[in-house]
Amino acid sequence: MKKILLALVLGALAAGSAVPAMAKDAKKIRIASEGAFAPWNGMDSSGKLVGFEIDLAWDLCKRIEADCELIAMDWDGMIPSLQQGKIDAIMAGMTITDERKKVIAFAGPYGTEQSTFATLKSSKLAGAGVGAERVDLADEAAAKPAVAKLAELLKGKTVGVQTSTIQVDFLEKYLPDVTVRNYDKIDNAAIDLAAGRVDAIFGDRSPVEALMRAAGTDKMTLFGPAMTRGVLGEGMGVGLRKADAELKGRLDMAIADANKDGTIATLSQKHFGYDVSVR
Amino acid sequence: MLDLLTTGLHGWGPQLLSGTAMTIAVALSSFLLGLAFGAAAGAAKLSDSLVLRGLAELYTTAVRGVPELLVIYLLFFGGSGMIMAVAGIFGYGGLIELNAFSIGVAAVGLISGAYSTEVIRGAVKSVPYGQIEAARACGMGRWRILRRVLVPQTLRFALPGLGNVWQLTLKDTALISVTALAEIMRVAHTAAGSTRQSFLFYSVAALLYLALTTVSTTAFQQAERYASRGVRRA
Amino acid sequence: MNWTLMWDSLPRLLAALPLTLQLVAMALAFGAVLAFATALLRLSGNRVAVALTSAYTFIFRGTPLLVQIFLIYYGLSQIDLIRDSVLWPVLSQPMWCAILALALNTGAYTSEILRGAIETVPQGQVEAARACGMSRVRLFRRIVLPMAIRQMLPAYGNEVILMVKASSLASTITMMEITGVARRMIAQTFAVFEIFIVAGILYLLINFVATRLIKHAEWRMTPYLRARA
Repeated sequence: MKKILLALVLGALAAGSAVPAMAKDAKKIRIASEGAFAPWNGMDSSGKLVGFEIDLAWDLCKRIEADCELIAMDWDGMIPSLQQGKIDAIMAGMTITDERKKVIAFAGPYGTEQSTFATLKSSKLAGAGVGAERVDLADEAAAKPAVAKLAELLKGKTVGVQTSTIQVDFLEKYLPDVTVRNYDKIDNAAIDLAAGRVDAIFGDRSPVEALMRAAGTDKMTLFGPAMTRGVLGEGMGVGLRKADAELKGRLDMAIADANKDGTIATLSQKHFGYDVSVR
Repeated sequence: MLDLLTTGLHGWGPQLLSGTAMTIAVALSSFLLGLAFGAAAGAAKLSDSLVLRGLAELYTTAVRGVPELLVIYLLFFGGSGMIMAVAGIFGYGGLIELNAFSIGVAAVGLISGAYSTEVIRGAVKSVPYGQIEAARACGMGRWRILRRVLVPQTLRFALPGLGNVWQLTLKDTALISVTALAEIMRVAHTAAGSTRQSFLFYSVAALLYLALTTVSTTAFQQAERYASRGVRRA
Repeated sequence: MNWTLMWDSLPRLLAALPLTLQLVAMALAFGAVLAFATALLRLSGNRVAVALTSAYTFIFRGTPLLVQIFLIYYGLSQIDLIRDSVLWPVLSQPMWCAILALALNTGAYTSEILRGAIETVPQGQVEAARACGMSRVRLFRRIVLPMAIRQMLPAYGNEVILMVKASSLASTITMMEITGVARRMIAQTFAVFEIFIVAGILYLLINFVATRLIKHAEWRMTPYLRARA
């Protein structure tokens, strides 16, 4: 019986090891993006990644003379995958925040984005009192009245957000009376807004605006202030493992170059229609 | 039908077809891996060693009692580290990296194996002991008994149970869509998101799964009939 | 292994336990009603009823639960007819969508278990009851059903465990039950193992208790199998 057992165990191990073990190509940098966050990153119907960050990724790779591969991946699996070594970099509209800096490093930022709310045009929230002013959360005192107004307006309402984003952090910190619904993608939050399942969605401005132009979610409108900084972070960066300091150095230089020679501004005009680069 | 798939469905037809191929590939690989796990754990459960029995019991209880989704997340988020630790025990210190396919297969295989274990163990036990004694009396060696007496009969007894495990495995592959592997469910999810045609694409996905389960049910019925061709019927 | 983190994650995961239990309990309750009706219709011999119930069990047993949940949550909400109907207040809630999907799923499996159990009731018992002058309804209520339920309990126990596990899929449609909270906490702490181990243990405990309850029910229902004092 022991021999049988041994054979079976060995057989199982052989079958197990035959499946995985993909050797790593030493030079190739695997960059993950989401493909559901247009215009930062999106996906065409052949399943190919497209968008501002995709073009920028290829440009940066050329600058650091690296061989790159772009991988589509779910948003909330990215940081664990980076830590696990399944990917080497993240370019997926990921904002540089203190929380994330505890676990990974960032090169950049290469772009900035405001966070904003959207609701249906028919909703009472649409015309509500909050003006579309800009609020800098880093300036606590100045931001306070705007945030208080928002809290009053949204009290008891349900807001859809993409899970594990800076927007969730914002809601948890400033708007405790709001019911938060976490979605895997911002698209699905918008679909549920259109279906009337949530009262509002909260996300990065340009993807929300892109959704306002898309079929099925075109009855949305923005409301409330456009917010930046503080808990909402310091702009989008390339997520990297902390151990890859050398790669971070090269990418920081490449981003600075791309900023200086106007590449980021040009790409930004192409995808957003305005400039998202960090000055 | 094929025409509709390639040109219709808002251009997502080809992707759905390749997604179906991917689902079949993942399901087959996981099922085979599960059989290996199942055979190993089944043998461990039948062994005299208390440690082996305990380990196998732990494996089946834990995997069958914890949601599949959780097992898949665990392997997806923590898989490489875990495999490397296991490889380290066997003296392999290199870097092992898993792609979405192998993670998916490992996760579903692990789940499938826990269910196969019980099926295989039950099937082995249902081979009458007298047959083994008879084989011994004929002077057969251990390996020959295993090959000629135990395995063929175990397979026959195990087939109906393994058919169920296969169906389970096939349906569990839908859960690995969370690892972004482009199988049926993933393609349907992406297509539904980008075209806003959720109802259409999830219905198509459901039909594809129905086709797969129906075909495999028939296949298993054929296999059962073939395996029991030597058995007298009442 | 970070033991403090595991300990700290426990309160938040425990807070999600009631939602998981609620999902499972509601799904099992509605599923049982559905299974009962389906099994009876299936055994009724009425051709239309048999065809309909066969189609129902075939579809729900032949497709992954994830597809069913997405079809009900995202698929139905896309149809204007449903959004304007009286069903919408119910279907607009992710909670009810999850319960509906889980109940339909377990209903299909349980109806097959129940049907199988009813078919194993010995013909002699039915004949004896008829000979005693029992009506069809009384015969079913007093003889067939109690025997069938006893017969199906072990298989039903497995189904309960499958439902506990299946409730984790509600996290894919924004429900913050145990798995949903676990995933959220992973995103905050990136401590994959610690949190999944705690969540896994919670599920094992639920399943352990569920198994004990079913075993107890089995014991209660089979007094004649116990040794007499």
